[in-house]
Amino acid sequence: MSQLIRKVWDIHGGIHPAENKQQSLQSPIQAAGIPPQLILPLAQHIGAPASPIISVGDRVLKGQMIAEAKGFVSASVHAPTSGTVSAIESRLIPHPSGMSGACIVIDTDGQDEWLKHSGVEDFRSLSKMELIDRVRQAGIAGMGGAGFPSAVKLSTRDDKPIETLILNGTECEPYITADDILMRERAAEIIAGAEILRHLIKPSKETLIGVEDNKPEGIAALQKAAEGTGIEIVPFPTKYPSGGEKQLIQILTGKEVPAGGLPADIGIVCQNIGTATAIYRAICFGEPLISRITTITGEACSQPRNYEVLLGTPVQFLLDQSGFKKDDCIRLVMGGPMMGYTLQDTAVPIVKTSNCVLAPSVAELPPPPPAQACIRCGMCAEACPVSLLPQQMYWFARAQEHEKLEDHQLFDCIECGACSYVCPSNIPLVQYYRASKAEIRQAQQDKIKAERSKERFEARTARLEQEEAEKEAKRAARLQAAKDKAAAAVSNPDSSKTDLIQAAIERSKAKKADAADPAHDAIARAQAKRDGKVEEETPAAKTERLQLLIASAERRLTSAREKLALAKEQGGESVEAFATAVIKTEDKLIALQKELAEHQASSTSAPADTDAADPAQAAIARAMAKRAGASADESDEDKTQRLQNLVATTEKRLAAAQQKQSIAQEQNDANVAAFATGVEKTQSKLDNAKQELAEHLAQISTKAITTEAASAEQASSDDPVQAAIERAKAARAAQTDMSEDDKLKQSIASLENRIARTQEKLSAAQESGDDKAEILADSIAKLQDKLASAKQQLG
Amino acid sequence: MGFLKVSSPHAHGPMSTASVMRLVLMATLPGMLALTWFFGFGTIVNVLWASITALAFEALALRWRKRPIGFYLNDYSALVTAFLLGIALPPAAPFWLIMIGTGFAILICKQLYGGMGYNPFNPAMAAYVMLLISFPVEMTTWMAPKGSFAGDLLGPIEALRYCFDFGREAIDAITMATPLDVLKQNNALLVDDLWSQSAQFGQIAGKGWEWANAGFLLGGAYLIYRRIFTWHAPLSMLAVLTLMSLLFYDGGSSASGGSPFFHLFSGATMLGAFFIVTDPVTSAVSNRGRLIYGALIGLLIYIIRVWGNYPDAVAFSVLLMNFAAPFIDHFTQPRTYGHSTGAEK
Repeated sequence: MSQLIRKVWDIHGGIHPAENKQQSLQSPIQAAGIPPQLILPLAQHIGAPASPIISVGDRVLKGQMIAEAKGFVSASVHAPTSGTVSAIESRLIPHPSGMSGACIVIDTDGQDEWLKHSGVEDFRSLSKMELIDRVRQAGIAGMGGAGFPSAVKLSTRDDKPIETLILNGTECEPYITADDILMRERAAEIIAGAEILRHLIKPSKETLIGVEDNKPEGIAALQKAAEGTGIEIVPFPTKYPSGGEKQLIQILTGKEVPAGGLPADIGIVCQNIGTATAIYRAICFGEPLISRITTITGEACSQPRNYEVLLGTPVQFLLDQSGFKKDDCIRLVMGGPMMGYTLQDTAVPIVKTSNCVLAPSVAELPPPPPAQACIRCGMCAEACPVSLLPQQMYWFARAQEHEKLEDHQLFDCIECGACSYVCPSNIPLVQYYRASKAEIRQAQQDKIKAERSKERFEARTARLEQEEAEKEAKRAARLQAAKDKAAAAVSNPDSSKTDLIQAAIERSKAKKADAADPAHDAIARAQAKRDGKVEEETPAAKTERLQLLIASAERRLTSAREKLALAKEQGGESVEAFATAVIKTEDKLIALQKELAEHQASSTSAPADTDAADPAQAAIARAMAKRAGASADESDEDKTQRLQNLVATTEKRLAAAQQKQSIAQEQNDANVAAFATGVEKTQSKLDNAKQELAEHLAQISTKAITTEAASAEQASSDDPVQAAIERAKAARAAQTDMSEDDKLKQSIASLENRIARTQEKLSAAQESGDDKAEILADSIAKLQDKLASAKQQLG
Repeated sequence: MGFLKVSSPHAHGPMSTASVMRLVLMATLPGMLALTWFFGFGTIVNVLWASITALAFEALALRWRKRPIGFYLNDYSALVTAFLLGIALPPAAPFWLIMIGTGFAILICKQLYGGMGYNPFNPAMAAYVMLLISFPVEMTTWMAPKGSFAGDLLGPIEALRYCFDFGREAIDAITMATPLDVLKQNNALLVDDLWSQSAQFGQIAGKGWEWANAGFLLGGAYLIYRRIFTWHAPLSMLAVLTLMSLLFYDGGSSASGGSPFFHLFSGATMLGAFFIVTDPVTSAVSNRGRLIYGALIGLLIYIIRVWGNYPDAVAFSVLLMNFAAPFIDHFTQPRTYGHSTGAEK
């Protein structure tokens, strides 16, 4: 005890709401037990959701990782007990909007069987990186409420030395006692966690644990546990919201975190005491974060107390143990009465950040009365812990004066609710600020979008003008050439005559060659018929397509990673957005790779059987539908029409996409790759559509043949299903003979068509010395490959 | 499931607008009692009649504006306006004068701007100034204080009679110039001589006036104690008024502006400082802004009292600064946590 009384600072404003903490402090922490089912959201933290690494039906052991962190700012999820994964699906999650999110559902088996795990005996023997990695592996995220992944927070940078490590045991919200009881019962674990954190962060000056003076037992327990460690317990006067990270820093050090900055900028790292305990368990015992202490309180619970709860435990399971009286409760709050949010359903699970479930009686927290007019009394400004002018911001928010709101530092509002609490007119001020923040963010995004489209529009206009000018020049040149020619013809009539003859000969030769082609086709068809069965065209092409897509996804991923790295360096706000983009691209890439693998596996084994069975089965299904009286099937004409339309629109889109791509290339836009993929995708869609059309046309012709046979049969057979089956069988026989070559022919024709078109473009591009010539040449080569393979199949 | 879906915070403090207004009304009582003790029942009749008419006008306006009448009447804001105007008017003012005052305050200064919270000017003071300009005779007929004349003070019945214009001529017998007026008109006597020659003067300021002001000071202190408003605006107003009167007291010559005590405890000084300047709707919003706002009102009061045309100046000064309040707000935004400076980046 070097200093007897440490100086603490005061924060501006603050309030003293009724504490209501005694109710839940009457009994010790109790294990809540194992519920029949655990629901584990993949996003229990700030950052990217974890990604599942188990499948439905797997048996998992207690402590086994079931979803791994995705990217840097993320946290993994572990099985809180042993059981079977029964679903990975969207479930209600604890969120202010009452939304659903991806969850892993575990049916517990009651055996609580641990995965083999071990901790380190001496954490000092591990390096900082190893320790942080263990924290990351344990999926620990800030347990005070925000849920920021702890490993990220602990990865302090060497250029920002840390002076002070602060552990937050303030717990300033009324009703909540999870940290208080943790201090009373497990002070030694908190101090052990603090020692690990101290070893990790190496604060040059001091390690403090800040606790409000309304927790004398907790303070005494901590002081006893901390004896001889040099860790200082700092009690300070109770006032809401002292427990906000920025407020606690101000109280303990007198320093303010600069606006838009982090505590590390002023040499401070702040961690919740619950998080410290979790880190201790992770390092010293190898236990991941699978449970936490949660307060269940409020007058609608006859036995309020603190529970050690497995993550994923439904709120209802806890309420049942606490003597919850549903009839007495009209609102259920996750968190405290100042910053908590209401739950719509008791099926939502406890997650890493759930420090309290408050079930107040109607009399305790009555429904809010209607808001009266603001009289600008200024009580809100007196209560604001960050010295805002809430009454002014309220007027600006109502008038949607976003600029003024930002001038009044709306974004420094920590949404503590002190202003709403004191407002004599019952105005829900915080709600106005939240809505305004969302509006401003939206407006900023819209603005960026609008600017981008403006740029694009201007570029397009410029390009069109340029094209027009070029055309004009060409037209002039042609006119000049024609004039010159005419002049030449007048001067030398003979030579022009010979030219004309020569041209005619060439034309006729070309015609002959054309005529030879159909013959060649016919021969090829015949050969194909002899072979009997021709494999579906797709496997090779699909493999190729998927490979192309994977290549492009990889390109995008690299560029996204580069962008992310750049953003991190510059420390922009967009880091998170880029991180999400990287993760999304990764997901896509993985999906594509999976698809490719599946495709390769299936194309080697399956095709023949399924192909043969398919038309028959389809026909049966159609017939059943017919019998049931449903004539939902579209008629052949309709389908033809639809497919033709589809082909036409896809062609249009392709043209548009190619245009965009060329614009992008002109301007050296970063999105060239994306546009190229777009073109490719559209092209493949067009191919598919064309193929479908061809198939459909072939089917129609087959049908025409089989109807005759079928009509004869139908006379004798009463059952349309039977008849349809017969018809289908006939169709199958016919199709294998007929439609395959038609299909191939069709696709060959289309490929030839495309090659011709592309060549035209290529020559145009070469003329104008355009960059895209190379790309076009590439695509011609690809098309020719395809053509060759199609011809090979046919021949 | 049937759980409420509301956003945080879920807890609410004990204060409501109605309770704030009720406290303000209560805090006017000591001053009002002093006025009644020294000048008779005229003030109470004023306040009663003003309350009745103000509530009626408020209800009428709400009806025209299709607003829930009960909900808004319950906020007591019309009553506060009525009390302040009733206290500021000369005791036993004619009923029509009061009615025009409350009508102007409620209909034009308050409801026409959008009702409570939207009015840029303090309704009671705007109405007072309008009446002072329009009806100078009625507005300057103050009762003589108790003990300064031979007759009796106004009883409740008499006050009612005078108010409703029965035999009002007789009121002239018991009126007298206010001490502020007497000092203003003085151009020959030393302050001490003036003091001993005029019956209006008491211990430190006007007879009765000093007690009324003390009463309002007491009520105001109570409101600060209850944190209904902050000390900034009243204190800076009183400080500047004190400073100005110290500077220009000149030891009590015939040209003296009057002593600091005289200014602090005369006319509407304390009523203004604690019940008018602190009107949150029309004043500056930040504490720094309120310091400036109050100081400038104090300055204007002294300037108008001593060198202007009117003996008292609280209403004029407050209205002038109501104009300036948004401007002051613009330059006095407090420094937010984590920012190096306040308003400007």
